[in-house]
Amino acid sequence: MKRLVLIVVFSYLTLACEKLISEPPAEYEILDGPVQGLNTGEQAQFLAGDIAFNDEVFTAETGLGPLFVATSCGSCHAGDGKGHPFTTLTRFGQTVPNMLPDLSIGGPQLQNRAIPGYQPERLAEGTPFMNLTPPAVTGLGFLAALTDEQILANADPGDKDGDGISGIPNYIDPPDYFIPLWFHQQFNGQYIGRFGKKAAVVDLLQQVTTAYNQDIGITFTFEPVDVHSGLTIDPEVSDQTIRDVVFYLRTLKAPIPRTPDDQQVIRGKALFNQVQCSSCHISEWTTPSSDITALSNKTFYPYTDLLLHDMGSDLDDGATEGSAETYEWRTPPLWGLGLSPDSQGGQYFLMHDGRAGSIEEAILMHGGEGQNSREQFKTLSPADKQALIKFLESL
Amino acid sequence: MKKCLLTLGVITFTISVKAQVDSTLLKRIPADTSANKNMNMDAVYNRPFLQIGKMPVSVGGYIEADYQYIGEDGITDGHSFRIPRMTLFVASSIHRKIKFLSEIELEEGGKEISIEFAALDINFHPLVNLRGGVVMNPIGAFNQNHDGPKWEFVDRPVAMTEMLPATWSNVGFGLYGKQYFKDWAFGYEVYLTNGFDNSIINNDQNKTFLPAAKESAERFEESSNGQPLITGKIAIRNDKIGEIGFSYMGGVYNKSEEDGLRLDKKRGVNVVALDFNTNLPGIDTYITGEWAWVHVDVPETYSQQFGDRQQGGFVDIIQPILRRNLIGFKQATLNLALRMEYVDWNVGTFRETGGNISDDLWAIVPGVSFRPTAQTVLRFNYRFMQQQDILGNPPAKISGIQIGLSSYF
Repeated sequence: MKRLVLIVVFSYLTLACEKLISEPPAEYEILDGPVQGLNTGEQAQFLAGDIAFNDEVFTAETGLGPLFVATSCGSCHAGDGKGHPFTTLTRFGQTVPNMLPDLSIGGPQLQNRAIPGYQPERLAEGTPFMNLTPPAVTGLGFLAALTDEQILANADPGDKDGDGISGIPNYIDPPDYFIPLWFHQQFNGQYIGRFGKKAAVVDLLQQVTTAYNQDIGITFTFEPVDVHSGLTIDPEVSDQTIRDVVFYLRTLKAPIPRTPDDQQVIRGKALFNQVQCSSCHISEWTTPSSDITALSNKTFYPYTDLLLHDMGSDLDDGATEGSAETYEWRTPPLWGLGLSPDSQGGQYFLMHDGRAGSIEEAILMHGGEGQNSREQFKTLSPADKQALIKFLESL
Repeated sequence: MKKCLLTLGVITFTISVKAQVDSTLLKRIPADTSANKNMNMDAVYNRPFLQIGKMPVSVGGYIEADYQYIGEDGITDGHSFRIPRMTLFVASSIHRKIKFLSEIELEEGGKEISIEFAALDINFHPLVNLRGGVVMNPIGAFNQNHDGPKWEFVDRPVAMTEMLPATWSNVGFGLYGKQYFKDWAFGYEVYLTNGFDNSIINNDQNKTFLPAAKESAERFEESSNGQPLITGKIAIRNDKIGEIGFSYMGGVYNKSEEDGLRLDKKRGVNVVALDFNTNLPGIDTYITGEWAWVHVDVPETYSQQFGDRQQGGFVDIIQPILRRNLIGFKQATLNLALRMEYVDWNVGTFRETGGNISDDLWAIVPGVSFRPTAQTVLRFNYRFMQQQDILGNPPAKISGIQIGLSSYF
């Protein structure tokens, strides 16, 4: 009898395992994955970049540090999503626009960790700095494919239309290895930055090389200088690895909106436009032709204008990059916003340094050019506020 | 490496010579299961061996092979056949009080060859035995008693192999002993051996990972830092209640000096483990488990990716449901089995947010095993496992079936 009971209990437990292999998450629930339409060769390079980005962990023997912030790309961008304050970057050394970062004090980035036996950098007291949480990296290829002309079309430096929103590009001095493409424009030797919290990065190659060098302490052909010694050392990763990672970032899919047909989401979208969030968070863009067919002539919805805006004194950290003022920040893309907790440990860490613990907090931290929208948001009924937030969560 | 190959060559030669011998001269020496007094510390000798005539040398070994179909978050690499390990033993009695045993493991079809045990034991008194050579550090029970045919599960316990470094053996010396008193047995082991190195916090696992030290082949030639690792265990067994063991392993893991130059301060690793096993009377349920705590001195200026505290363990519950003569096997046994396991590779909170650091895993593994003989096991497992990253993001769900066999030979 005892045996019979045991057999029944055990059989029940076994049958409770309904399916042999767990179900995959729905495509719209995850950020990882390639854009549709890559050919087999492109998929192979995507895979190589995926492995380098998400699986390769650097050790002291393979080049880590000796000063660093993170041990791998994936440490900061879990699941290709927004990062956690655990891997926040600290940038400093530039306090006014167009000033060269003061490298004598360790800028432009703080390497706050070190391999055993070394001492990490510490900021001198009183040094202005800005903390930057890692951004999501999905859909970047679509933004990279846009032309400077498209970006400039939304710029309004003098606020000629009088809507209280200006929007200006960050004109930067690109690195020596930058090769302008047909859609880049030159402005007195400078180019328009489009990546990074201050839009101080001209393209994804610069983004990747800066991250490998400044975040992980890796040297290579493009960035041969060790951040600790300030001297050139042997390359620690190959150019091919860098190219693969750039390709991976270029071909990561755009976040897929969830529940776009939900009535509350539709209502929220209307409110989003009504309170003029959409003045900066521009929803729809279309790529021109691209060397990657899958990125050519595609309409996508990032909710950004890639321009700098005055965000008010509360968001002025006293440090900056490129031609941006210390109080100016690039409009961050909102796509994938609702999936942020899935890469931030179940919580929201929003705004440039993760200071906002919820979408509503983030909205209420908007000042400067965003103040008008913030005030309009405050006047919404609780139901309308909830609808707007639900819309943002659906992106 | 040369030593490994040489030893392997000798063993292969011995086996091939054996094949030329009249098989009737081979005598199988079964594992000693006559009494309940065997403890985990006896596992190294408590194995079935083959002996040729009256030669003082006996040989043995075991093999494990399996099939698995596992998927992670709905993505599977398909069907996979593996031979995780084949192990060869050679034992010899040099004198009534001096014996030698070696255990050489070929992992993954020979990709890795390692000496897991090769030690000379000299008996002075039941409570005083000297052991020297490559010894198995007695941390926990699994490291001492890890032979595949003894277990009802295809995979080894994650906490014992990916938090603790089982199987973990090093060159060193030590003492062991055992004493009986009526239904009770008491045993102890204490060894000084080579130990860990910097790799435990400097590895491509992106976590504090004690098994990373096993990658260094030099640890059998010399200590990585000139500091001995001390491992000790005491265990007590009652024939009716079961066995409980308490073990400790600790020492300096990093190389703090070289050529007289100071590279870092001395940093320690300390491990404490508790293990038990029992047979429930009446229903003959066998329960075994182990839990361990790890503390590593990780520099504060290093990444919190590498935790300074870890903990984890497992519990196996084995229920025989059929024991009788079956399809030509005497006293064949059919068991139901259940394993529950958990590992937290990074116990603590983030300095930046105060939030919990995850980096943990739990698994439930129900299974069925069939033992046509005590030395051979066929096992069918279903593994369901969830693993969270350091931030505690939605876990990776890993599940699938594993079918395997393992047998002494």
